[in-house]
Amino acid sequence: MRTLSYRFRDLLALEPLTADELRFLLDQSKPFQEIQKHPLKKLATLRGKTVALAFFENSTRTRISFGTAAARLGADTMNLQAEASSIKKGETLLDTAFNLNAMRPDCLVMRHSASGAADYVARHLEIPVVNAGDGTHEHPSQGLLDALTIRDRLGTIENLNVTILGDILHSRVARSNIHLLGKFGCRFTLCGPSIWVPRELEKIAPGTPIRCVYRMEEALEGAHVILMLRVQTERLNDPPLSANDYILLYQLNAERLRRANREAIVLHPGPINRGIEITPEVADGPQSCVLEQVTNGVAVRMAILYLVIAGATESGTHPALEGKPKESANASD
Amino acid sequence: MLAIKNGRVIDPATNTDAPRDILMEGEKIAEVAQPGGLRVAPGAEVFDAAGLIVAPGFIDLHAHLREPGQESSETIETGTKAAARGGFTAVCCMPNTKPVNDNASVTRFILDRAKATGSVRVWPIGAASEESKGEAIAEIAGMRDAGIVAVSDDGRPIATAKLARQVMDYCRSLDLPVIEHAEDVSLAAGAVMREGVASTRLGLRGMPAAAESVCVARDVQLAELTGARLHIAHLSAKASLEQVRWAKSRGLRVTCEVTPHHFTLSDEDVRYDSRFKMNPPLGAREDRAALLAGLADGTVDAIATDHAPHEPALKDVEFDRAPFGVLGFETALALALEQLVSSGQLSLMRMVELFTSGPAPVLGMERKIASGQPADLTIFSTTREWTYDVNQSPSKSRNSPFDGRKFKGGPMATIVAGRIIYKQ
Repeated sequence: MRTLSYRFRDLLALEPLTADELRFLLDQSKPFQEIQKHPLKKLATLRGKTVALAFFENSTRTRISFGTAAARLGADTMNLQAEASSIKKGETLLDTAFNLNAMRPDCLVMRHSASGAADYVARHLEIPVVNAGDGTHEHPSQGLLDALTIRDRLGTIENLNVTILGDILHSRVARSNIHLLGKFGCRFTLCGPSIWVPRELEKIAPGTPIRCVYRMEEALEGAHVILMLRVQTERLNDPPLSANDYILLYQLNAERLRRANREAIVLHPGPINRGIEITPEVADGPQSCVLEQVTNGVAVRMAILYLVIAGATESGTHPALEGKPKESANASD
Repeated sequence: MLAIKNGRVIDPATNTDAPRDILMEGEKIAEVAQPGGLRVAPGAEVFDAAGLIVAPGFIDLHAHLREPGQESSETIETGTKAAARGGFTAVCCMPNTKPVNDNASVTRFILDRAKATGSVRVWPIGAASEESKGEAIAEIAGMRDAGIVAVSDDGRPIATAKLARQVMDYCRSLDLPVIEHAEDVSLAAGAVMREGVASTRLGLRGMPAAAESVCVARDVQLAELTGARLHIAHLSAKASLEQVRWAKSRGLRVTCEVTPHHFTLSDEDVRYDSRFKMNPPLGAREDRAALLAGLADGTVDAIATDHAPHEPALKDVEFDRAPFGVLGFETALALALEQLVSSGQLSLMRMVELFTSGPAPVLGMERKIASGQPADLTIFSTTREWTYDVNQSPSKSRNSPFDGRKFKGGPMATIVAGRIIYKQ
């Protein structure tokens, strides 16, 4: 029988987690992946619990994904979106958080444009806080769902060559991936315009081999995993960078993809700018995992919400496996 | 009449490090004598400084007292109380108040408030440009006559090289120092900490060290062009220090100050905690090492606090949104003892110099313990163990990165104009 051996008060970043804790989170997501294939996807695990979703920055898929994850666990949600919030009326982030907390949710999932915002709020709240993306710092659930997708496709997340392409300086997805996969011996090649790929990135995860290169052909050589980042078109203006130059130098097309390992997979956190950072041919091709990532996102977020709300100190059957034969529980170990 | 007995006097200006007794009459030092050599009138107050260091009164070249205009963060009364607890006998207050101290009436207001409510001497610094906007030169002569000791657009640099040149030219004729907050604002725009591995890891926008040093380079060139007295405020980068070193080697009248937080902390200490956010931001480890070397070899003239109170309502927000600045008065001496003296980098004499006869000449003054001098003294311990509790501070603000830090050594008494205004 599975023993749930880690307790996560909050999930603010992947950087401080150990390989064992990260593996545990991925393993916990596995049964929830199965749920996504069932005709009836709703569990009662978190019935009576409330998840507060506070998105102080625009988000569609992450917000819907967390909302769907909560619903499939049987929890209720309260929603705060930036436009509808008091932020513009001058309320501080902490006051907004205290007000949400006063409605007694069991967990706060928050997205915010300031790096460290979730960390800051978590220091002041008793309830668990889940970081759904903080500025240009981390996006832990995205890092986990990417790792789950890679493990499903390639059978392992250990000792892989991972190439990340695009605006890495401003990417919370890149940081979460580096901090997760780096703990499993992966080697990173970061590539993009030099202003977005500063050399300092090579030192952000001591112990993890990270190199910055500025020629895409070199970056793709021998890659097992290619992680694309969305080109935020608003960032192309600061500094001024020509979209045509970007396409010329850094667009992932079929010809460039051939330089990677034959079985290499392509991930993209979305939303995709077709024709800018990636050609439709690659985005829709057999090596692309973009829709699996989205499906896995719900499973990962179910696991996160379950672990932070229900806690994980008791040993027992995984909630997604309740009522099923024990062999299947063991099989997923 | 006040007598200080049994203390160890350390006075860099007279190169004294010896047991001495000091007698003060009125607002002046009357006599400095061998131990037991004073003739003290019966009934005179006697302070027993046995086991303590007696130094000339500490001067802080750089502080923000927030009055007028931001009294919810600090007032001249609360700020100077905190300064007294830190061992400072005089503080220079920056002009970025509301309104800006850019004319004689604001200067006089500050001096009047200081006289009515202040514990230590308050020496105002006037704005270099009107409202520190970097357009027209402020009424510097009027402010000089009202009592400013220097000019600065602190909080920002003097906006353009042209204006900086004109201000330096003008201040040379008025015999006032120009204090520069060196920052290339285009390089620093939007940044909340120093650019480097730490900012990259935290996902916080960084400004490069060059944001400071290119401005220092501009200003030392202009100091050479104009012959002005130029003082670089809160110097934080190794490259800036090299510019100052070059200027000094050319014989230019260029000086600089370093803050305790910059010689104690580095960007690796930054957390998502706005108490670690100030401008200039904490530098890299090699910057800190360079500052320590500069403090030891004389390139750095003074330790200044850049005491910058912000009330909790302003400071207790996301790191990105918090204003720049940290408290500094009450921890400055203890940090200097810990980082500079206990670590063996500096002698006690040199450390005292950085608080006294180092900063005084920047303002065209002298600071020493001798008969006829103002009776301003700082008495401190190098052994007393204590813990800084910011909630006990007389300051109206709480934004110190050193809250809860344990110290060995610190201020024991502060004497201004012959009166004990603070006693531990």
